Amino acid sequence: MAKALLELEDVTARYGPVSALHGISLRVDEGEAVAVLGANGAGKTTTLRAISGTVKRSGGIAFAGRSIVRRSPESVARAGIAHVPEGRGTLTDLTVAENLRLGAYTRRDRAGVREDEQRVLGYFPRLAERRSQRAGTLSGGEQQMLALARALMLRPRLLLLDEPSLGLAPLVVAEIFRIVRELNERDGLAVLVVEQNAALALDASARAYVLEVGRVAVEGDSARLREDVAVRRSYLGY
Amino acid sequence: MRSRAPGIAVWLLVAAVVLLAYLFAPRFISDFHSRELAGAGVFFIAIVGLNLLTGYTGQISLGHGALMAVGGYTTAALAVHEHWRDVWTIPLAGVAAGIVGFLIGLPALRLSGLYLALATFAFAIAIPSLLKKFSGLTGGSQGLRLLEDAPLQVTGLSGTVTIFGHTMTQNHFLYYLTWGIGLVGFLIAWLLVRGRVGRTFRAVRDSEVAAASVGINLAWTKTLAFALSGVYAGVAGSLLAIQVEIVNPLSFTFLLSILILVGVVVGGLGSLGGMILGALFVQYLPDLSTHVSTAEGAPDFIFGAAIIIVMLLLPTGAGGFLRRLARPLTTRLYLRP
Amino acid sequence: MILAFDWTQLAQQIVIGLASGGVWATLAVALVLIYRSTGVINFAQGEMAMFSTFIAWSLVNHGFSYWAAFVLTVAISFAGGVAVERAVIRPVERAPVLTVVIVTLGLFFVVNGAARWIWSPETRSLPNAFSTRPITVAGVAFSISDLGTIAVSLAAVALLWAFFRFTKLGLASRAAAVNPDASRLVGVRVTWMLALGWGLAAAMGAVSGMLTAPALASFDQNLMQPVLLYAFAGAVLGGIDSPLGAVVGSLLLGVLINLIGTYVNWVGTDLRLPVALAVILGVLLVRPAGLFGRPMETRV
Repeated sequence: MAKALLELEDVTARYGPVSALHGISLRVDEGEAVAVLGANGAGKTTTLRAISGTVKRSGGIAFAGRSIVRRSPESVARAGIAHVPEGRGTLTDLTVAENLRLGAYTRRDRAGVREDEQRVLGYFPRLAERRSQRAGTLSGGEQQMLALARALMLRPRLLLLDEPSLGLAPLVVAEIFRIVRELNERDGLAVLVVEQNAALALDASARAYVLEVGRVAVEGDSARLREDVAVRRSYLGY
Repeated sequence: MRSRAPGIAVWLLVAAVVLLAYLFAPRFISDFHSRELAGAGVFFIAIVGLNLLTGYTGQISLGHGALMAVGGYTTAALAVHEHWRDVWTIPLAGVAAGIVGFLIGLPALRLSGLYLALATFAFAIAIPSLLKKFSGLTGGSQGLRLLEDAPLQVTGLSGTVTIFGHTMTQNHFLYYLTWGIGLVGFLIAWLLVRGRVGRTFRAVRDSEVAAASVGINLAWTKTLAFALSGVYAGVAGSLLAIQVEIVNPLSFTFLLSILILVGVVVGGLGSLGGMILGALFVQYLPDLSTHVSTAEGAPDFIFGAAIIIVMLLLPTGAGGFLRRLARPLTTRLYLRP
Repeated sequence: MILAFDWTQLAQQIVIGLASGGVWATLAVALVLIYRSTGVINFAQGEMAMFSTFIAWSLVNHGFSYWAAFVLTVAISFAGGVAVERAVIRPVERAPVLTVVIVTLGLFFVVNGAARWIWSPETRSLPNAFSTRPITVAGVAFSISDLGTIAVSLAAVALLWAFFRFTKLGLASRAAAVNPDASRLVGVRVTWMLALGWGLAAAMGAVSGMLTAPALASFDQNLMQPVLLYAFAGAVLGGIDSPLGAVVGSLLLGVLINLIGTYVNWVGTDLRLPVALAVILGVLLVRPAGLFGRPMETRV
């Protein structure tokens, strides 16, 4: 039985006076890929923000057995959770190489960092070509790859991916998901991916949660959800 | 988006209380304090004007001391050179400063936020030197002395003033004059702010692009705001000249501009109610600081510390605290680059 | 009659101008540092530099050599800058920009008053760091002091640049200034980066003060007020959000003002300050972003 790496229990979150999550419970096991689906405004992005600490939240959030619900975003990152936010969050003024170096900010093992940089650039050869370019000059797809690469430089135990397909061409999106699947299957990286494109996300994950208005409406194995026409029609729009 | 407006009755009550306080205050305070209050009144008028500019159109000016200088010197020059009666010069001083404000407002259109602050800062620093340079008009470093050289002063050497048959001390007269004008100016500003002008100003403050897209003429609005605040500053400077009976370049240093701005922010940006508190703060605090300690440098230290502590405790000023505002008062000034 | 142009004098005046400009550049870089990281103009930067200079004076007075005092003062100033940020700026981090401006104005009075309180307002002097002998380069006599000032200013700026460019902490600091939210997600303690910025700015200010004071026969607590103005002018000329601009702008301004003062008769030394102010106003009107700055885009 796989150990739970991330556990959310009855988590609420709000933006100022507006409540966005009304009690979410979910789980990601070691080495598991989990998808969070739902319509716009269902609370998917907020869930990731609650985990990484970038929104006001309360409830039970445990990572590798330790509670992280009171931690600052910096502290959550140091614990080994890499959050690739909506909008990517690339540091546009810095070069590609500097963005990557920054990803490894919390690490002290210089040899490991160098090794990871090689590995990551191996995954994204286009980034290797543009190493000394300012990140702001990259295309949308390349910036998404850079954001992902930077997150990997943290050598995280858990990767939070927020809407990786947003605004990108289908070919690029497919490539990104292929890499994510590979990282999960080959390297055992746990992944929690939020996606509007349900089909893609279900293909790339083992289990999925469907959110509706800040609550978990449906949960289960991705394979089963994919086949469930009723769920697809009601919640996933296809 | 409209703030809850208390009923007309409450406003009338407040107005009545204020009016009574104004009329009868000198009975209860010493002559010396009347003079101090008159000084606070000068700040009050300048603060109301600057508030119209910064609080309502979001333009930061660190140069309103210079506009006060325009008003002050206009009054002094007319009184000394042209032998005008000092109080009649007040409207002209306001107009003169208003024109200068308008002229500053024109190039200011191209600047925003901190750039505007820097430009007005440079202007304020330059003013004393400029005043010294045109000594024919301004009396150079010596300045102009109304006490000795202006023959038609309402105040002056006699120590008492007779108005409408009442005789009162000079200080009481200055108090009534200054706060009378102050309250009228306050009322005018209040009416402007409640009306179309105020709404236009606020639209410009909150989003210039949105304002322009609904047809507001940005250039006209922003320069109008500068001109208006200039008028207030000019009147304040004029009253200062009348009170102190002398003007020289040192009367209008950068420090004065800072004090006015501190008064606006401590009082609470965009809050007319906090303006009085702001004026009292910048009038009395430097004095109080000297009462705590007269050691060299200590009063400044205490004054600066007081400013910092007030800002730390009440980041939106006294007015913000008084109204318990939850919403940001000036969104543009709140946006970090 | 052919007027032979005095190249020697030109070269000398340029060097003198560069020396003034170098001193202004170090303070200008401090201003830009704070502006980029905190988004405000620190009106108290000059006074903080003055305070540092007085600390240096006290150290020298207690027997330290100039350079020992220099290094020690830079270190103390760094700590002081961090302390100021934590005590006074951190609490108003989320307050309106205007509030923070007022806080720095309050800080101006606090630091100036404290300096006058602790050290009485009599004038004092710092020994010249460099020998006062002239040195001859290519047949032209220059003052070692001026050359030394240029060297130290540029070295300080270069060290700062190297820190930001090559160290991990410098990278994190740059990232925090540009995108604090994304920086947090990689583990950067953004609030400490702000404190670091203030510490470095204070250190640069200290360098500026300690180069200004020895050049004067004597100084008092008003030492840095003109320097602050020139630094503003240099920073605006170069671009208030560009450190390179601050340096280039200040050096350029130094040379410009000195040449105008030397060659244009009615300007003289009295009107140097108004010339600087005219530069500020002129640049702001024509091209607010300065030579190297990025034009401010308004987000719709």
